[in-house]
Amino acid sequence: MILAQRLGELISNAPELEIDIAIGNIALDHLGVARALYGHVAKLEGEGRDEDHYAMFRDEREFLNLLLVEQPNGDFAQTVVRQMLFDVYQLQLWEDLSTSKDRVLAGIAGKAMKEAAYHERFSAGWVVRLGDGTEESHTRTQGALDRLWQYTGEMFEGEQAVYQASWERRVKTVITEAGLVVPDDPYQRTGGRQGFHTEHLGHLLTEMQWMQRSHPGLQW
Amino acid sequence: MVSVVLELDRVREAVSAVVDPEIPVMTIADLGILREVVIEDGRVVVVITPTYSGCPAMRQIEDDVRTALCDLGVEDAEVRMVYHPAWGTDRITPEGHRKLASFGIAPPGDETSILCPRCRADRPRMIARFGSTACKALMVCSACGEPFDWFKQL
Repeated sequence: MILAQRLGELISNAPELEIDIAIGNIALDHLGVARALYGHVAKLEGEGRDEDHYAMFRDEREFLNLLLVEQPNGDFAQTVVRQMLFDVYQLQLWEDLSTSKDRVLAGIAGKAMKEAAYHERFSAGWVVRLGDGTEESHTRTQGALDRLWQYTGEMFEGEQAVYQASWERRVKTVITEAGLVVPDDPYQRTGGRQGFHTEHLGHLLTEMQWMQRSHPGLQW
Repeated sequence: MVSVVLELDRVREAVSAVVDPEIPVMTIADLGILREVVIEDGRVVVVITPTYSGCPAMRQIEDDVRTALCDLGVEDAEVRMVYHPAWGTDRITPEGHRKLASFGIAPPGDETSILCPRCRADRPRMIARFGSTACKALMVCSACGEPFDWFKQL
């Protein structure tokens, strides 16, 4: 949901028409998955809530998303580096969940997994192209990687630790192919899953939620 | 009982004829979006599945199914969205493949076997992996220069 909103900010603002459409499509995929998951959660909770409740009427502290996805789009390098780091993780997560005993979740994950494969081809492809491009694009991509690296450790907290080794393998392959250097800064920020966010989430939610907050229940 | 069966056949036929708003030559049956039409507790239930998670056409399809049912006088019906098993392009029928090609969209299949819908030449060039809709990529024919959509393999 949060990454869909971030990517949505780029629609009509991306550097090229094709990139604009790709980013719009990826945002839509993320949004669709979020809607399906929220709908499923609403049913499981059985308290008569709908998908909009979770997206529009929760406060910052109630969002348990990763800090990585709320980070600003920055320049194009930062957008695709953030996407690549996340796509590689998602691919494994959905693959795993696609065999869940919960059949609805398995169905949502099965579809999301196929879509994530397309996303990763886009994001990893661009990281390689930029890293292996001009001096300017190389410097910016390395900069984005160095800035965002501190938000990657959070993905593998708790039960998710099982994904870390294969994530690192794949991400390091992409980084190496791009002629970039894997950051060795051990400092990692965390807190997203406990509802402690960076300052960026509040601003994002303000924009995303204001319509429903100002006019609750408003429909198109 | 016979009349109920006949009635259900008519409902199936009408629902199967609902077209995809983005690719109007394709029906939801051709695309494999329509899973089944059944009667549960005396109520018509139409089961559909989304193609892409974020496909913006799903809401429209749901409305169009309701309209088709209303036209038959079936007002008390449920349109149910299911996610399991996940949709894939293998659900598109052979008739669907034929319709896509005649509409100028290369049907899904192995990326190396895409043919230009205009001149049938192989090895087109991919311009953009994400095309005009989530389900399509933008290609250009290396032989005749025709730009066309390819329905991505999923």
